Amino acid sequence: MDYHTPSTINEAINLAANAPGSTRFLAGGTDVLVQLRADIFTPDTLIDVKHINGVHDITQNRDGSWRIGIAVTGAEMSEHPSLSEAWPGVVEAMDLVGSTQIQGRATLTGNLCNGSPAADSVPAMIAAGMTATITGPDGSRELAIENIPTGPGKTCLAKGEMITSLTIPARGRHGGDAYLRFIPRTEMDIAVVGVAVNLQLDGDEISQARVALGAVAPTALLVPEAANAIIGTTLDEAALEALANAASAACKPIDDKRGTIKFRTHVAGVLAKRVARLAYTRAKG
Amino acid sequence: MSLDDVKTSNFKFVGTSPDRPDGVDKVTGRARFGADAQAPGMLYAAIVRSPHAHARILGIDSSKAEALKGVKAIVTRADFAEGLEGENWNILENVMAGDTALYDGHAVAAVAATSALIARDAVKLIEVDYEVLPHVTDVDEAMAPGAPIIRAGTADASVPEGMHPNVVRYHESGHGDVEAGFKEADLIVEDHFKTEATHQGYIEPHACLAQLGGDGKGELWCCTQGHWNVQKICAALLGLETSQLRVTASEIGGGFGGKTTVFIEPVALALSRKTSRPVKLVMSRSEVFRATGPTSSASMDIRIGMKKDGTITAAQGTFRLQGGAFPGAPMEFTAMCAFACYDLKHVQQIGYDVLANRPKQAAYRAPGSPMAAFAVESVIDELCNQLGLDPIDTRLKNAACEGTKASYGPRYPRIGLVETLEAAKAHPHYSAPLKPGQGRGISCGFWFNFGGETSVTLALSEDGTVQIAVGTPDIGGSRASMALMAAEELGIPYENIRCTIADTASLGYNEVSHGSRVTYASGLATIQAARDAKRKLCARAAAKWGIPEDAVKWEDGCALPAGPNAGKFPPMPIHEITAEMGATGGPISGHYEATPEGAGVSFATHIVDAEVDAETGKTSVSRYTVVQDAGKAIHPAYVEGQYQGGAAQGIGWALNEEYIYGADGRLQNSGFLDYRIPVASDLPMIDTVIVEVPNPGHPFGVRGVGETSICPPLAAIANAVSAAAGVRLRELPMSPPRILAALDAQADG
Repeated sequence: MDYHTPSTINEAINLAANAPGSTRFLAGGTDVLVQLRADIFTPDTLIDVKHINGVHDITQNRDGSWRIGIAVTGAEMSEHPSLSEAWPGVVEAMDLVGSTQIQGRATLTGNLCNGSPAADSVPAMIAAGMTATITGPDGSRELAIENIPTGPGKTCLAKGEMITSLTIPARGRHGGDAYLRFIPRTEMDIAVVGVAVNLQLDGDEISQARVALGAVAPTALLVPEAANAIIGTTLDEAALEALANAASAACKPIDDKRGTIKFRTHVAGVLAKRVARLAYTRAKG
Repeated sequence: MSLDDVKTSNFKFVGTSPDRPDGVDKVTGRARFGADAQAPGMLYAAIVRSPHAHARILGIDSSKAEALKGVKAIVTRADFAEGLEGENWNILENVMAGDTALYDGHAVAAVAATSALIARDAVKLIEVDYEVLPHVTDVDEAMAPGAPIIRAGTADASVPEGMHPNVVRYHESGHGDVEAGFKEADLIVEDHFKTEATHQGYIEPHACLAQLGGDGKGELWCCTQGHWNVQKICAALLGLETSQLRVTASEIGGGFGGKTTVFIEPVALALSRKTSRPVKLVMSRSEVFRATGPTSSASMDIRIGMKKDGTITAAQGTFRLQGGAFPGAPMEFTAMCAFACYDLKHVQQIGYDVLANRPKQAAYRAPGSPMAAFAVESVIDELCNQLGLDPIDTRLKNAACEGTKASYGPRYPRIGLVETLEAAKAHPHYSAPLKPGQGRGISCGFWFNFGGETSVTLALSEDGTVQIAVGTPDIGGSRASMALMAAEELGIPYENIRCTIADTASLGYNEVSHGSRVTYASGLATIQAARDAKRKLCARAAAKWGIPEDAVKWEDGCALPAGPNAGKFPPMPIHEITAEMGATGGPISGHYEATPEGAGVSFATHIVDAEVDAETGKTSVSRYTVVQDAGKAIHPAYVEGQYQGGAAQGIGWALNEEYIYGADGRLQNSGFLDYRIPVASDLPMIDTVIVEVPNPGHPFGVRGVGETSICPPLAAIANAVSAAAGVRLRELPMSPPRILAALDAQADG
């Protein structure tokens, strides 16, 4: 196995494009190193991106949007006061990953690129309308988060491509987001179901919304039907019921050691209601 | 031992909770655990394990691994003793498969290499040719007609004719006439219960360092609950003379029964013998789950009859336990403990030991008892609910006490069940109002406790300080307890005593640290060894004063004349006697060895409040109180730790822990991510009440406390969850999908 520590994006891309065999990018290593040690996956080339200039930065742009560097850790996000205030759902979702020690290493970009359908931060990123800048030998492109995972452990990134930054839109007025997951314990676990809701209010009425589900399909899902169930409502009981039904209807889960199809489908609806209420409360301020 | 020797009051040191002697070592990293052993020229071993639940081993080709640079030796079954019988054969078969792999993770071969990474790579190069056979992992399926036969001819003579060959042992016990008893009942409740296998979950994986020469002389350092047992088994499996293998127990990172036997030690010894080099072998967490000894899973039927006033008229239980692909599931303990809390005229219990394609079970904290209590105490709860009776009053009405003929045979001496029930009833928890959505559960639990072979030496140093050598690895604070008991007896400060776990060359045989026996048996031996030393100290003082030995007594760390007629001499402190002991007759030691048989049985009553989220099936335990009889708490803080630890493990077993097998017979959750033991935030503060009803069989009244604490939790939590959810849960773990399914079934029905 070859291990590289490039200091620029271009150098990293060149290494990835020309490396023979399998490649993994390493940031916090909380998935890559675990898989290596557990004999699950041993790459031929390991490219450590932590030494590239600017990858640790959280920057607010003039239009109010945010740029998150690819090596920014969960702890750095949680301790960033204005980011946490603007996007509590995204920050809390990332904060649910692992223990305090893991939070000092794990990154938002890594959680996305690991390709787990149960990744906590991914539904929150999708609901928030986040995008990723992907750079490769042929230049850069901007993709919505929901288009990046393609299946368990898989993403749409081509050989030589890497995510070079993540963008969170400007919060805007009267908006709120939230993420909740179901686990059988209270922490240190993998989501059996995860639900994120991001919405914007016009008075008491929801003017815009995005709803995303995790751990109920091969990839995290953006569910427009669920969003439509609450847009134009004040999140009354009927809207919540319609939201729950739409969320459950969108599930395509599996039976496994963490939960059954029936359980996941039902709990997706339960959580959707709880998360929507939380996001609504936050939007009201 | 007569009651005259029992001291139950006026203790000076016993009953206090001084700092633990191993505390600084553990928090500074100075403590040496199993994996910390090193030796010059050491090799590293790794084990090839079967990926199949059941497969014939047609051939093992190790040529590619042997060709790898750094590989020094490969061993298979051919490198171990032949012609073993009984349990030694079972253990060898489990440690290294013969012609058939019997479970996912079963060891098939092992390699020693110059680095751990090379050993790991070499494992991947060993090619094993398997013929996959049909498998079965569920206990009921393993007993059913047509189930794959795991090992024909294993059944012993106890098994009734016509049973499936996977049923290998049968137990029946009880007294009275249960059918006559059921006729007297106003209500009979009969139910079926299941519990899944759980793992002890000790934080330290098994680890050892072995050194064995071609001359049959060896040394072994390992993490174990009983190194004499390791010595005995390893000597048999490798064809050695027992005394030529010296075994030293490391500091231990938890055992809970799971480290009472061997898994890797014989393999490391075989590799060392083959290479003439020390060999280190450390299990990964995944290997610990797949190939050590989890507890049995159980399928149980309970039938209990009760009168309207709460009197139990008859009780009957059938207990089917699978303990892996080998005989030994503790079904007789399950049967014997099931109704041990109650004074019953008519009781019958039946047990079946069933083979399945799973790892060989090992002891886990009161092996067999928690599942019995789950089933029995759930049925008693149901009877109380249906008859409108108070669960504690009903248990008090039927509680066993001194003189009761136990369901498993003997008559009880003085016991403390009634006292725990009364203390539970008086505890503020029992009368505290419940919040909406909460349920409260009660359960009692029982464990035998044990004595066993014990040998202790207490040696005095020149400065009057004391070293105690015991042979029972400290898995629950026993070094502190030994020092406290010796301090009490000798009348010298706790801090002046150091207790060490001696190796097999330094003491006579010591039974494993199990059966909650250590504070009882090693404690009794420590007290007797201290009395032996006191006699010798008094004799030296008598000689110095020129008076008879029986004219000298020992008090507060000093020899002094026994009375006014003995003469007038100032008290002679211990350090004055030891300072000149070389010249007055030689070194002074106290010694004691015996197989004490007065271990007092122990009972507990637990109170649990639980909340169930009806929309997701998730349970949270909101309040927990343990009330247990300790006989006498030597170090109360450690006793409380045992109470809380049993409750915490019980919460895991009840709610989320389980062995999950796929359709392919492979273990699906061999790690702490998906084998869900409770994390700290899952647990409430666990309140404890120490009841002290002295055990007449111990000089200070000690009863073992380590195991009883895990007997009531499964039932107490199930009763609380059933009350909160409004539906009876009869299968463990009560995971959220299972609770939600039960709620759905009730809504549909």
